[in-house]
Amino acid sequence: MNAPAYNFAYLDEQTKRMIRRAILKAIAIPGYQVPFASREMPMPYGWGTGGVQVTAAILGPDDVLKVIDQGSDDTTNAISIRKFFGKTAGVATTTSTTDATVIQTRHRIPEATLHAGQVMVYQVPIPEPLRFLEPRETETRRMHALAEYGLMHVKLYEDIARFGHIATAYAYPVKVNARYVMDPSPTPKFDNPKMDNCAALQLFGAGREKRIYAIPPYTTVVSLDFEDHPFTRYRFNAPCALCGADNSYLDEIVTDDKGGRMFVCSDTDFCEQRQAAGHHGTESAAPHKEKAHV
Amino acid sequence: MTTIAEMPAGFADKVLSAQSTFRSVMDAMARPGSVQRVAADVGTPAGMMRGSAAIALTLFDHDTPIWLDAAMSATPDVARWLKFHASAPVIADSSIASFALIGDAANLPALERFAFGSSEYPDRSTTLILQVDSLTQGPAFELKGPGIDGSAVLQAMIKPRDLFQRLSINEALFPRGIDVVLVHDDKIVAIPRTTRLIASGV
Repeated sequence: MNAPAYNFAYLDEQTKRMIRRAILKAIAIPGYQVPFASREMPMPYGWGTGGVQVTAAILGPDDVLKVIDQGSDDTTNAISIRKFFGKTAGVATTTSTTDATVIQTRHRIPEATLHAGQVMVYQVPIPEPLRFLEPRETETRRMHALAEYGLMHVKLYEDIARFGHIATAYAYPVKVNARYVMDPSPTPKFDNPKMDNCAALQLFGAGREKRIYAIPPYTTVVSLDFEDHPFTRYRFNAPCALCGADNSYLDEIVTDDKGGRMFVCSDTDFCEQRQAAGHHGTESAAPHKEKAHV
Repeated sequence: MTTIAEMPAGFADKVLSAQSTFRSVMDAMARPGSVQRVAADVGTPAGMMRGSAAIALTLFDHDTPIWLDAAMSATPDVARWLKFHASAPVIADSSIASFALIGDAANLPALERFAFGSSEYPDRSTTLILQVDSLTQGPAFELKGPGIDGSAVLQAMIKPRDLFQRLSINEALFPRGIDVVLVHDDKIVAIPRTTRLIASGV
């Protein structure tokens, strides 16, 4: 083999220093989006360029890396990022949530409780929670400066006015440390409560939008809601067809063209661990038809 | 006068030493009050502790103006070493510094002399790197805030003795503010702007 063509963990040292400084500021100001000079990465925007840069800046030879894409360790995005760091940093990789020291994720938080010493790295497409309400960066920046978040509550109220409940199901806005409103990245709102008072450090990287933000461990993260319309989690009303879990977030798998479908855990590691421990589901597509809305 | 040949070395292994030092600083920042160690081998110019030298080589470069206090700039050694190893500009105006290296913390200038950032860009603030007498012995400081599960107790000999009283300005100014990294030898403790003093004892 030839001499290594890349620096350890791909990025050059100056880029890592710049990202590391941004990460430290992000931890010091929880929920605030720190601008950073995002680099072009050897993958397209939308595949996790922000998360990959954050991971590359923190990763060391002793780390054990897990990468998930919608809860799954086995999809193209997860496998290619895991291989990328296996190749450029030579780090050990795993699919086990508890064994990992760094977990890069696209849009899920694992079901297993995270522990102190772990770092979650979220891939973020659009870091600005107010962007679809106010397109001007100058304005959203001032709104954050003044903690002027009425517009977000109006948006949630409009959900209630139109649908009778808060219909936002993912990227559900949260308030971090009672100050900044933050986009938790497009995780299902089922995962929002896991961010609150979490033992692990949570870092968020948005490559195209050039922002890094963070939630330190043991920090209050509150999902926005109203007294008469409190925040609720949502999950399909079914146990997992493979492991029988009735408390995990489920994916809906269409199995034929006659309306048959299965619900299975989105977190593949969680599901496999349960199956290995002897739990089994019905493995049937039939019995759990979605209930009609009354 | 120090010539290049006499200048203390930088990191033995630039890439992995910077990485391990950064993780120590990141862990310190994410868990305020906890004592982290810098394991990396690093040369130190006169007046600089191992921890400060390692942090400098990990975070400083041509993008980060550095301010040195009187103790750090007593001899040109520190400024030369920073320029050679980190290419960091050493500046006289503390209000635009990214980092301030404080060797004689007893004479820490008023915090207003450093950058607090703006309400729109609170990240454009000065991070203080403060060398102190001990981070394992001395008066106890009980801390709370993000990163701390309930409360954390830091035992440290810190000058200025009213450091935490001075840092209470962070509460009024938030999200603007000053982040502090305390260094003693190879030990570091971070006090980000969100950390609050609950009580201090003997």
